[in-house]
Amino acid sequence: MVLSDFLILGSVLFGLSVAGIFINRKNVILLLMCIELMLLAVNTNFIAFSHFLGDTAGQVFVFFILTVAAAEAAIGLAILVVLFRNRQSINVEDLDRLKG
Amino acid sequence: MEFERIVFYVLSAILVFAATRVITVRNPVHAALHLVLAFFTCAGLWLLLEAEFLAFTLVLVYVGAVMVLFLFVVMMLDINVAEMREGFVRNLPVGLTVAGLMILELWLVMKNKAFDAAQMPEPPAHVAGYSNTREIGSVLYTDYVYPFEIASVILVVAIIAAIALTLRKRKASKRQDPAEQVKVRRQDRVRVIKMEAESRD
Repeated sequence: MVLSDFLILGSVLFGLSVAGIFINRKNVILLLMCIELMLLAVNTNFIAFSHFLGDTAGQVFVFFILTVAAAEAAIGLAILVVLFRNRQSINVEDLDRLKG
Repeated sequence: MEFERIVFYVLSAILVFAATRVITVRNPVHAALHLVLAFFTCAGLWLLLEAEFLAFTLVLVYVGAVMVLFLFVVMMLDINVAEMREGFVRNLPVGLTVAGLMILELWLVMKNKAFDAAQMPEPPAHVAGYSNTREIGSVLYTDYVYPFEIASVILVVAIIAAIALTLRKRKASKRQDPAEQVKVRRQDRVRVIKMEAESRD
């Protein structure tokens, strides 16, 4: 295993989730899932560098990213539930109330 | 080919497969379940990188909490799947182009000589009795104690925000309101009425 193996795996994962954001751009739940995948790719990069450089700081950073991502998922899903309660839809195209 | 390399390639293949299924599958429940598979596989990869604490945290926090939350929300909402799929084929070329370009660019950088085996050799294995958790803890509670406190504040804010957003006042629920009880005055409750006494017959 070389460092670039992990980095390329991370970039493939990141690219897949970007493609997911493009092709599922109507479904808010899938957008949130794609963001989680992106964070996973980034975390993998952090841990790979942490391992190969012998520095624990990378793992601490991943720890904080996990914390913030959990908070983000909780608030995002709460907003989603409120949104669905008000509009009976989670289609991104229905959310145009602020449009002038 | 040594054993670890085989494990790495198998896990990577499963991870890429799961990620592809997450973004292409029709049913959001299946997408969430494939995301669980992706997290599990990624935890295995992190174990290969000797980040045991984070690998188990990933399984506990993500698979155990976040993905269960996702599944709850997906199943709670009545989503019209067919409507959500509109534009899937139309956006596919754009998405694939952007993703392909992005992967190509990143690949050009990651293939750099600075990251290959000569420049970044595999670090020597840790001695027996080495604890990754102890290592992280010793840094987390000393050098990173302020970020740690901020992380806890963020979690509290997230809890309060999630509850405050989804809290609904129920009209039908019967419960005491102490403020109203204290505020009450005699004249609200008792009314003295003067009336004529009736005759006995």
